[in-house]
Amino acid sequence: MSEKKGRFGIHGGQYIPETLMNAVIELEEAYNRWKDDPEFKAELSELFNEYAGRPSRLYYAAKMTADLGGAKIYLKREDLNHTGAHKINNVLGQALLAKKMGKTRLIAETGAGQHGVATATAAALMGMECVVFMGEEDTKRQALNVYRMRLLGAEVVPVKSGTATLKDAVSETMREWTRRISDTHYCLGSVMGPHPFPTIVRDFQAVISSEIKSQILEKEGRLPDAVLACVGGGSNAIGTFYHFIEDKEVRLIGCEAAGRGVDTFETAATIATGREGIFHGMKSYFCQDEYGQIAPVYSISAGLDYPGIGPEHAWLHDTGRAEYVPVTDEEAVQAFEYLARTEGIIPAIESAHAVSYAMKLAKELGPDKVIVITISGRGDKDCAAIARYRGEDLHE
Amino acid sequence: MSKIRNAFENGKAFIPFITCGDPDLGTTKACVLEMVRAGASLIELGIPFSDPTAEGPVIQEANERALRGGVTTDRIFGMVRELRGQTQIPMVFMTYANVLFSYGADRFLSTCAEIGIDGIILPDLPYEEKDEFQDICRKYGIDLISLIAPTSEQRIAMIAREAEGFLYIVSSLGVTGTRSEITTDLASIVRVVRENTKIPCAIGFGISTPEQAHKMAGFADGAIVGSAIVRLIHESGDAAPEKVYEYVKSMVEAV
Repeated sequence: MSEKKGRFGIHGGQYIPETLMNAVIELEEAYNRWKDDPEFKAELSELFNEYAGRPSRLYYAAKMTADLGGAKIYLKREDLNHTGAHKINNVLGQALLAKKMGKTRLIAETGAGQHGVATATAAALMGMECVVFMGEEDTKRQALNVYRMRLLGAEVVPVKSGTATLKDAVSETMREWTRRISDTHYCLGSVMGPHPFPTIVRDFQAVISSEIKSQILEKEGRLPDAVLACVGGGSNAIGTFYHFIEDKEVRLIGCEAAGRGVDTFETAATIATGREGIFHGMKSYFCQDEYGQIAPVYSISAGLDYPGIGPEHAWLHDTGRAEYVPVTDEEAVQAFEYLARTEGIIPAIESAHAVSYAMKLAKELGPDKVIVITISGRGDKDCAAIARYRGEDLHE
Repeated sequence: MSKIRNAFENGKAFIPFITCGDPDLGTTKACVLEMVRAGASLIELGIPFSDPTAEGPVIQEANERALRGGVTTDRIFGMVRELRGQTQIPMVFMTYANVLFSYGADRFLSTCAEIGIDGIILPDLPYEEKDEFQDICRKYGIDLISLIAPTSEQRIAMIAREAEGFLYIVSSLGVTGTRSEITTDLASIVRVVRENTKIPCAIGFGISTPEQAHKMAGFADGAIVGSAIVRLIHESGDAAPEKVYEYVKSMVEAV
């Protein structure tokens, strides 16, 4: 794997305004300075274990396994982390790094609000100022998370430009960073953007696959046949894949949000419908028109509603090491309901995309196989939207 | 040597920017011809992008309006062809890396050469990523214009040494848009630039008034104005070309 100038094959790079170049260089230097530092590692490990509640459980879904009659299904319970999603792993790492760099202010984009809540949480814990940019559409879809962020002391700025969703929130956070750099760290929430972000975020999320590996070895005495995760920018997926990349017998499967279908314009499945491009600081695959204008993508899941995918995923796709499959809104909603009824676990609608594909795969693979699904977050935030999807109007 | 050098030969340069296709390409073309008549030295033609991360609200909204109006890279090429029948003023495109990349850099830049575009400014292509387009730009004689920011510090010399056409010095932190005050130590930046290159430099971002243009041009070889012009066009309706003439003339006199 080439990591020169933050490249994953031809993907990655640093396609950002000159104004931000010294900031990302400073970040890279600080990361290289601290990442293997024993004191830094101990502090982060303490935060992971005592504050976030790691390690997260690897739960054998016996009832689901019996019901489907196929492969043994394990759930990696990132939904049980503090703040209810995997996002906290990356945020604690970056906030600690920002502190070491002498930064006093965190800014972040958010889609569903999970990364915003995690950033606001870390800022509260570490005594830092926090501003979260969120598409205006998403502030309506995820009103509860907006309130949570404010409760945690963060300022939430609704972004009205473009499609008023995640991609516009990313653009606006980048703009804010160019306005105010010296005291501010951009706490990017996924394995995307300019180098070194895809590497930093991946390293902090890699704890997921590191734990899965030791937990499954303990429970099954062998590696799983497949690991599955949902993919928007791809942070929980890369976390789930990372320590298995060299284990060629483990299939790595990323589940993209197909929205109303990959043959419609209302989709966010980048690998299925996008092509090579340069956007938000990186070369990767993007949903775009013939002139390179970024497409207004759609998914029921605000967290997967992004027109691109992280550069390391693009590379894993190019090399054939990982598979990326589209899952529609309807399939995800069915899986959301299925997991709730079958295992008593309400997954985030993002994670439900991975559950949906795993249900098909388990049957295909048969009973002597083992698969792991990462449940990236909990689904409380999605209940009102799913009720609406099913024609029921809930008032929170 | 490219035609861009000509823009800086008769005293300080005034460089207006326009978002192509806002409100339509006919208006853009008429405004460009008025800029030429008013004495502009070089024209920056903005090709709209759906997600312009270096722009403030004024140019963001202009990009959205232009794209909604159906403007495309091919239609802008068509407009430049028509303009080249009427003026020989140096012209550069300002757009984002994906607009070139997606079109095919070779096809994009060969068309630029054919229709008489002299240079290109890509705010999301820093020094580290120049290789993406540098060789193809050279192949077709298009100057790839570099930017220097208030945060560039030790990078200024490195960027200046390899700069082509002219150097675009970003006056302030943040995105494009007018500012009441510019506080960056531009004299120090220009001093380092001069020590490392003979090519001219112009200052942009935040400039709107003749007084600011005069002051900024005093530090460098020219001043660039974007948002103020884009706003003027948006607010002037059918009178846009005439208003643009008056504004550009006042700025040309001020620098």
